[in-house]
Amino acid sequence: MKRYAAIAIVVALLACVPLLTSSNVVLNFMVVALLIALVGQGWNVLGGYGGQYSFGHAAFFGTGAYVTGILQLRYGVNAWLGLIIGIAAGALVGTVTGALSFRSGLRGSYFALVTLAFAEVLRIIASVAPITGAGVGTLVKLDLRWEAFQFQSRAPFYWIILAFVAISLVIAQRLEASRFGAYLVAVRENEDAAKAAGIDVFRVKLAAMTLSAAITAAGGCFYAQYFLFLDAGIAYGPWISVEALLAPVIGGIGTVFGPLLGALVVKSLGEATKLITGDTPGLDLMIYGCVLILVVAFAPRGLTGLMKRGQFWPAGRRHG
Amino acid sequence: MVDLLRVENISRRFGGLLALDRASLVAEDGQIVALVGPNGAGKTTLFSIITGFLSSSEGRVLYRGDEITRLAPHVLARRGIARTFQIAQPFAALTVRENIAIGAHLHHAARADALAAAEAVAKEVGLAPMLDQSAANLTVAGRKRLELARALAIEPKLLLLDEVLAGLNPSEVRDMVPVIKAIRARDITIVMIEHVMQAVMSLAEQVFVLAEGRIIAMGPPEAIAADARVIEAYLGHGAAERMRGMAHG
Repeated sequence: MKRYAAIAIVVALLACVPLLTSSNVVLNFMVVALLIALVGQGWNVLGGYGGQYSFGHAAFFGTGAYVTGILQLRYGVNAWLGLIIGIAAGALVGTVTGALSFRSGLRGSYFALVTLAFAEVLRIIASVAPITGAGVGTLVKLDLRWEAFQFQSRAPFYWIILAFVAISLVIAQRLEASRFGAYLVAVRENEDAAKAAGIDVFRVKLAAMTLSAAITAAGGCFYAQYFLFLDAGIAYGPWISVEALLAPVIGGIGTVFGPLLGALVVKSLGEATKLITGDTPGLDLMIYGCVLILVVAFAPRGLTGLMKRGQFWPAGRRHG
Repeated sequence: MVDLLRVENISRRFGGLLALDRASLVAEDGQIVALVGPNGAGKTTLFSIITGFLSSSEGRVLYRGDEITRLAPHVLARRGIARTFQIAQPFAALTVRENIAIGAHLHHAARADALAAAEAVAKEVGLAPMLDQSAANLTVAGRKRLELARALAIEPKLLLLDEVLAGLNPSEVRDMVPVIKAIRARDITIVMIEHVMQAVMSLAEQVFVLAEGRIIAMGPPEAIAADARVIEAYLGHGAAERMRGMAHG
């Protein structure tokens, strides 16, 4: 219960941000950081708890984004319904790509490579297919009504993405205290021992990938509504696959708050360097690289691991 | 009565190597059966085939009268067949309690129930003082006990122990023997691969000797220890003859 209280407190504090400032710069920054936290939590479910390191979460993000956008633009589907269908479509892509990869027994770097390949294939298809607008991109029609999942100010967007993040935190916390979560960690730690304990390793991985993809797709759907523009490079580009894994790796993989903490830190660093250096292209990416090297070298359990040094990271769950 | 486990003419080829050559083995309900033999005889390969981790080239495995030859490991675990690994395979990042709970989850869906069941199993195998230790920090003896505990946690009918006594010092072996006896007393049938003959002699009711993939002898432990074919398998051709000569001379 204590852990849910921690989630409630963190979310409540974050919910106050729009009341303290109406600065669009601040809110925009926070919306993007929370979006990355959400996408990162999706990655964390599969990579952090399940030990299956994906390099292609763009496949799910982009599918969520495109399905939401295209349904509205070409079929006049309500945006909220589009959100639900977008999440389902992302989850489906997760199930299909997961089934193909896990059935072939791909693990470790081979799994990472094949997920990257899936995302790249989707990116290339999206960049030529007429339904995505190909090179022109998909422009979601401006319709500033809450029924259309669009708002005049940024505050409602902020609270919605915060609600998504809150749900993802609860999902991660539920994982830590459930049989499915225990099985997922068992698969990460030792597949043979997991099988001997009666765990259907394939099904556990597949379920984790589906859940992971659904969470990440929700981020994609939100992106489409917030920025109202998509092209192949945004939706399926490697940038989002990298952001999805950087946030949890820096914050602490296999932890509830790791992705949120990591996203806030990484985005803050990115903004800080932009302020200092002006808009030198690529510099924030160099910062990412440096931070990643430092974290991997000095805090392999991420920032949350650094905070409770000397303690093995799953051991904290005893109090959950 | 139907035998709990019946292995019939299992053969397994690895390329040109015939690792198992029509090996057969029977374990009756409630027995402790030992599988012994020199290194490389195929004992662990046979275990892996029984538990579904490897497929056999020929032959079949019957469990409670049903054929289980090509079933997946997790399916067999759910039907009550547990195994330990010769090289301990702990979930290294987890505590002892969490390790055992993974097994206990098979019959306990709720986290709290699984953790409670894990604690009970830990007591049974003497791991209670280490419950909150990380599995990665256990000694060899601790890891062997953890293997046993995880296997017991799935509440098996048949327990296959792959050298749970190997690497233990004599006093640790003495500590483990009563633990294994207590498991059998709970009506769990045990098939154990073991090199520690002191334990085989005191535990097993039936011994199967595997050499170069073939079962060369079977019987009660006293008979096996005196069997000339067994002595030769371990010590080389003519060894039995020479030992007799030494005894007389």
